[in-house]
Amino acid sequence: MSTHHVGQPISRVDGRLKVSGEAKYAADYNVPNLAHGCVISSEIARGTIASIDAGAALALPGVLRVFTHENTRGLPWFDGSYHDESAPEGSPFRPLYDEEIEFSGQPIALVVAETFELARYAASLVRIQYARATHQTNLQAERHAAYEPKHRTPPPDPRGDAARAFEAAPVRIEADFLVPVEHHNPIELFGATVVWHGDGTLTVYDKTQGVLNTQQYLANVFGFGTRDLRVISPFVGGAFGSALRPHYHVFLAVLAARELKRSVRVSMTRQQMFSFGHRPTTWQRVKLGASRDGTMQALTHDAVAETSQFEDFSEAVVNWSGLLYRCDNASFSHKLARLDLFTPMDMRAPGATWGVYALECAMDELAVELRIDPLELRLKNYAETDQNEELPFSSKELRACYRQAAERFGWSRRNPEPRSMRDGHALIGWGMATGVWEAMQVPATARAVLTADGTLTVSSATADIGTGTGTIMTQIAAEALGLPISNVKFVLGDSTLPTAPIEGGSWTAGSVGSAVKAACDKVRARLFELEGPGEKHAMSLTEIMRRSGLSSIEELATTEPSKAHEKYSLYTHSAVFAEVRVDEDLGSVTVPRVVSAVAGGRVLNPKTARSQIMGSIVWGIGMALQEESVLDHVVGRFMTHNLADYHFPVHADVHDIDVIFVDERDDIVNPLGAKGLGEIGVVGVGAAIANAVYHATGKRVRDLPITLDKLL
Amino acid sequence: MNTFTYTRVDDVASAVRSIAGDGAARFIAGGTNLLDLMKENVERPSRLIDITHLPLRAIESTSDGGLRIGALVTNTDVAYHPEIERRYPLLSRAILAGASAQLRNMASVGGNLMQRTRCAYFYDNATPCNKRTPGAGCSAIGGFTRYHAILGASEHCIAVHPSDMCVALAALDAVVHVTGPGGERAIAFEDFHREPGNTPHIDTNKRSDEIITAVELPARGFSELYAYVKVRDRASYAFALVSVAASLRMNAGTIEEGRVALGGVAHKPWRNRTAESALAGQPASRQTFERVADDLVRGARDCGLNAFKIPLAKRAIVRSLEQAVATNRGGRR
Repeated sequence: MSTHHVGQPISRVDGRLKVSGEAKYAADYNVPNLAHGCVISSEIARGTIASIDAGAALALPGVLRVFTHENTRGLPWFDGSYHDESAPEGSPFRPLYDEEIEFSGQPIALVVAETFELARYAASLVRIQYARATHQTNLQAERHAAYEPKHRTPPPDPRGDAARAFEAAPVRIEADFLVPVEHHNPIELFGATVVWHGDGTLTVYDKTQGVLNTQQYLANVFGFGTRDLRVISPFVGGAFGSALRPHYHVFLAVLAARELKRSVRVSMTRQQMFSFGHRPTTWQRVKLGASRDGTMQALTHDAVAETSQFEDFSEAVVNWSGLLYRCDNASFSHKLARLDLFTPMDMRAPGATWGVYALECAMDELAVELRIDPLELRLKNYAETDQNEELPFSSKELRACYRQAAERFGWSRRNPEPRSMRDGHALIGWGMATGVWEAMQVPATARAVLTADGTLTVSSATADIGTGTGTIMTQIAAEALGLPISNVKFVLGDSTLPTAPIEGGSWTAGSVGSAVKAACDKVRARLFELEGPGEKHAMSLTEIMRRSGLSSIEELATTEPSKAHEKYSLYTHSAVFAEVRVDEDLGSVTVPRVVSAVAGGRVLNPKTARSQIMGSIVWGIGMALQEESVLDHVVGRFMTHNLADYHFPVHADVHDIDVIFVDERDDIVNPLGAKGLGEIGVVGVGAAIANAVYHATGKRVRDLPITLDKLL
Repeated sequence: MNTFTYTRVDDVASAVRSIAGDGAARFIAGGTNLLDLMKENVERPSRLIDITHLPLRAIESTSDGGLRIGALVTNTDVAYHPEIERRYPLLSRAILAGASAQLRNMASVGGNLMQRTRCAYFYDNATPCNKRTPGAGCSAIGGFTRYHAILGASEHCIAVHPSDMCVALAALDAVVHVTGPGGERAIAFEDFHREPGNTPHIDTNKRSDEIITAVELPARGFSELYAYVKVRDRASYAFALVSVAASLRMNAGTIEEGRVALGGVAHKPWRNRTAESALAGQPASRQTFERVADDLVRGARDCGLNAFKIPLAKRAIVRSLEQAVATNRGGRR
């Protein structure tokens, strides 16, 4: 493949639409006779609804209906009907199903009225009586009851004898880590506009990372045929994993539309954005044993994470520890404890953010104990193969990441002594960590249509959650057929388009990208067929089509991982270096600079790629220093449920961010040689910052976020 | 959100007439706090009286050398006014440490004084709150108290006043001018906000039928030696864990007068004149500052998660006084 378009820093194809406000999001679609819903949320964490009095609300002119568990009908009792593509093991939540309250913030009624303002006012008049039951929202209190779930990604098998090797190791580290609940909080609130066509069919505009997943879910729950229910989601204002599963807003909007036989919109409030999936609070213990020269002898990584009372959400927290460093004696466990909260969800680099944070902080502690430079310790134990799977890596340019990032950062000038650098009241610290994430490919289908005027339209039912998917797909398609970018249109976010997986796991670039390339390659092959063999000559595409009398060429292609995937381990890697300044009296931490070097295969678009990593690093700063959905265990409720109280970095918290992409060739990962970049950037940042805080202050803070009170 | 009617008034007299006898009416100017509270159903006014057209947007010198700031001047316009920057830079600093540029562009001086606490329990109708519903109980006590009071709290309420601007106004001995059915009166800044006691639902000593018309600054602006130190959980758009407005007058290395007002620690901007008077006559040394800081925070009591605020407040006081001394030595921040 030539690199006329792919690999170029093309600006986002939808950038102008977005900044000019022309891009329409799910709750922006206005249709005639639209009714508006307002969701009422539970104020208790566990118990039952004793009574609902909607009389005052219904008495208002313009209030159409108050939906509650008492008046919903025709909903399936079988919980499997509520299953979705991203659902974990267990029994999915069924909105308005019965009087049971399973978590604070649970939707318990939907008020539908002629206007949004009226619906909201009417909702405030609905009187709900609860019968409270005792709840538990504290992971530490339930840790003793943790159990082994049926894992989505089980922890690696143990190898050697970790316990014995740990006891025998001359240098040992044992550290516990506790990380809080975080919520995704994309700027676009969850919203759905359901258009009632009058003939029994619906068009659902929804915020989702997978239109087909939402379509299938709604079809199963409400008994629609997939031809009668179309889901459209052309723009998504951020998701980060939160839109992998269909949420109650779209369920309620379809329920109301079906019952009222008219179009309905339901949007969540910001407070309600804290009422569903989240990154689970997780406790971890890491034990590392090493010989005096720094060779790792033993590694144990145990985790206990929260899940709901009804589903077993588990993520790969401890697995990364088994593949980042060579260690012949290792054991792993990951258990769950049930709390009265909604089921956690995947959130940007799920599992890795927490797990690699704990491992990489423990590695820093080990380096200090060994009096070895933290980077040298990592190089000394560099894993040449994946010991979890006993497979070689398809590519792994992590050494180049370490080298290039360390050089850019100036790591060699670091004095290992804590509190050795200061500037006035500021203690300065330098820390580093490794990052790792999967480079997966999953089956995907794309359609390419070339018309006689030289316009190429490529489509797939994928999503662009702000990552730049639409842009890179356009580049791949333009490249395949040698067309200018302006002649190519990529269409996504519509359930009538060819099948694509939910957009997650950083697999979209490699998976949908491969399908796009394959479909376009088939179009190209057709063109060559049309022209037939003969002397070498140049001719435009449109001319070939005109001569053949064709108005368009259409090709569909499905791609899936190659057989070689079974023989290799596929991962993206990074090295992160961070500087912090800690006020010695006041404890406040700032991050003046972060350098991240990423080995992500071929970079399809350096501009969107860099944005992905920069955004991830900002996430990492937030994770290390600010983000926490604070639970009040007395009321069983998140108390920081707005964007003033739920802190994440603002501009003033974000300073120099330096992103390096190291050269990495990978012919195995997928036909593009590109690994996804949506998640790798956040992994390791938290640990690099925590390690820098230790270097600045001499204090180990093992519970995130590192707020200033922990450093006083 | 409640349904409400909307009235616009064009002069102070009509504003006072309009609100008289209507306990469920609220004045609205920038709306940066009131609208939030209405959306949360915490405030449910039956009537909004728009006061944005009142002629209260001037910043004028007073006959005794002070400055009078109209109640409707935006926070931004106060912060960047040349006379404020020159004569009362402490006020300018404090304002710019608060909220965000967008909020400061909308928020008025009077509204800043009248803003309610940001206690998460006050904002959440699912959790009982004495400030919202007298007698309902306080959910914050025993809960998420990271941001709560260490001084002047009561068993009924441990909320703090969220303003930065008011902390500087307290240090500057500002005076609040209000007009009500009985005419005009002036309230010393220290007497404007209240401690919660057993009436935490009443934030200020301004009566509900009075309107703030102006805030007056006395002539002495401490433009030579001052500092505003705000300690918070992120660099912008976060309320103070502890903030300190400090101002000093010095003569040949000796402090003649020192003032310290604290934010984020109490139901009102906190002054302790007895404690701060110990600055006078002392050398501007770390020992002096630490001793006074101890006195200023003496009697502080934590309620769990905010225990760190007690040592933090002392350190922030010391830092602010050190910065104030260094104002003109390039040590200012």
